[in-house]
Amino acid sequence: MTTPAALPAPPAAIAARGLSRAFGTLVAVDAVDLTVGAGAILGLLGPDGAGKSTVLRMLATVLRPTGGDADVLGASVLTGQDHIRPRLGYMPQHFCLYPDLTVDENVEFFATVRGIDRPERRRRRDDLLGRMGMAGVGRRRAGRLSGGMKQKLMLAVTLLTQPALLLLDEPTTGVDPVSRREFWSILRDLHDGGTTIVVATPYMDEAERCTDLAFLDAGRITRTGTPAEITAAVPGVLVEIAADSARDVVADARGRPHVVSAHVLGDLARVVWDGDPTPAVVATELGVPTGSVRAATMDMETAFTVLAERGDR
Amino acid sequence: MIASGPAAPATSVSVRGLTKSFGHVTAVRGIDLEVRAGEIFGFLGPNGSGKTTTIRMLTGALRPTSGSVEVLGTDVVRHPDRIRCRIGYMSQRFSLFEDLTVDENLRFYGGVYGLDAATFAERREYILRMAGLTDRVGELARNLSVGWRQRLALGTASIHRPELLFLDEPTSGVDPVARRRFWDLLTDLSEGGVTLFVTTHYMEEAINCTRLAFMNRGRVIADGSPREIRDSLAEPGGPAPSLEEAFVALTTRTGRR
Repeated sequence: MTTPAALPAPPAAIAARGLSRAFGTLVAVDAVDLTVGAGAILGLLGPDGAGKSTVLRMLATVLRPTGGDADVLGASVLTGQDHIRPRLGYMPQHFCLYPDLTVDENVEFFATVRGIDRPERRRRRDDLLGRMGMAGVGRRRAGRLSGGMKQKLMLAVTLLTQPALLLLDEPTTGVDPVSRREFWSILRDLHDGGTTIVVATPYMDEAERCTDLAFLDAGRITRTGTPAEITAAVPGVLVEIAADSARDVVADARGRPHVVSAHVLGDLARVVWDGDPTPAVVATELGVPTGSVRAATMDMETAFTVLAERGDR
Repeated sequence: MIASGPAAPATSVSVRGLTKSFGHVTAVRGIDLEVRAGEIFGFLGPNGSGKTTTIRMLTGALRPTSGSVEVLGTDVVRHPDRIRCRIGYMSQRFSLFEDLTVDENLRFYGGVYGLDAATFAERREYILRMAGLTDRVGELARNLSVGWRQRLALGTASIHRPELLFLDEPTSGVDPVARRRFWDLLTDLSEGGVTLFVTTHYMEEAINCTRLAFMNRGRVIADGSPREIRDSLAEPGGPAPSLEEAFVALTTRTGRR
């Protein structure tokens, strides 16, 4: 580190340099440089197998890097585990609570393990379960909860130690839209309270709620920026064409020289068109009625697909 | 009951008063469903609303507490075995053998459905091409990325050319590019005449279904085309909500479990 240690400027919550991990000959994470400012919500995006979970596990100090280093909450993941772990909450991808214990028993068990004394245990349990909207299910066995409730219970357990940094590995995968909204409203509150959050997600509507994004592909960071910067990086404009057979419009559009990407969304064909054509120009090119074409705002789902298909996530 | 004649029925799934209780918990409460041949039928609802239980009854894996289930013209409650070779099922957890190669997985499922050598060879070729796995026949399933595994699982679920394919959250946790590719494959299957019955939590997938049924707390509380469902929830004179907003409104209106 060459940073002058003069003033305690708000430090980055995470600063990874050349962070790498090999499993035998397979390089899962390849020299990742990543800075996450204190108080940010960083969305970690990328295809399956890109290395997102491996990055999170190294930052959580549960997996040792085979190269590089990362400072997490001011200490190195190589040497500072004792400093990092008490202040960090890590939620892995798979349900890892006791299915045969009740919700209350799970929370109490993990609170005990983490050395929280009895009166404080009760207080935090009631507070956290209340915030999750789970005050009424304390006596239900964890294994019998719905998918959304299981994830909220895992988050509650992760929050017991009031961590300054949360690492969440696809916390809402398989969770229905209503529960996902509830989950994100909890993350919003934590963010407002100053918690730094790193979240891996396959949901692009969640990516849009992050303050910063990093795209990971084949173990490397290929793009970072705010959601607005990422959508602005997509070349061309997005147009929507209303049609009885949107599929036919898409089939016709694909492969045309100016068409960057095309797909069906219900009764709409959504086409990314190179350059900056007006809807009328697109209508003429595709031979559809002018009134059926309208300009749309580039969304993260489209941006991800276009950038991924260019091999440039 | 309508006796099914020799002609192929235009209805793929017909369910009346279907109910399933586990002890004193009633997971499915007297639902009616009608899926027409050739549809891409989207079955939506929050976690724990009874979708998977319903699918397990439709496939003959679980016996209903009461009600009738007719699939492809067969009474599934009485003859669960008669439809097994005519339907396919792809579950949330891909039913692949991790320690077998791509080829061995296909061979296994070809054997389960009793395909003869010529049919198997033809189906194997088709699936490898469809899934883009031609160059990976010797790889272990567990070494494939989730997108490949998902397409292989779709292949094994449809190796016997089912007339009706059940897909239970087939794209959960898959990135947007892989999801779009997967849906291109589903649309191809649909155009080839396969009826699809699919559950998903992704509204951008649900909107590509021809018809939707929405389930909450064991009951079907809305059904129709995506457009009809959205329109039915619009404020008088206001714009139709997005499908996600419709999902949230329907769930909150009928209460959470």
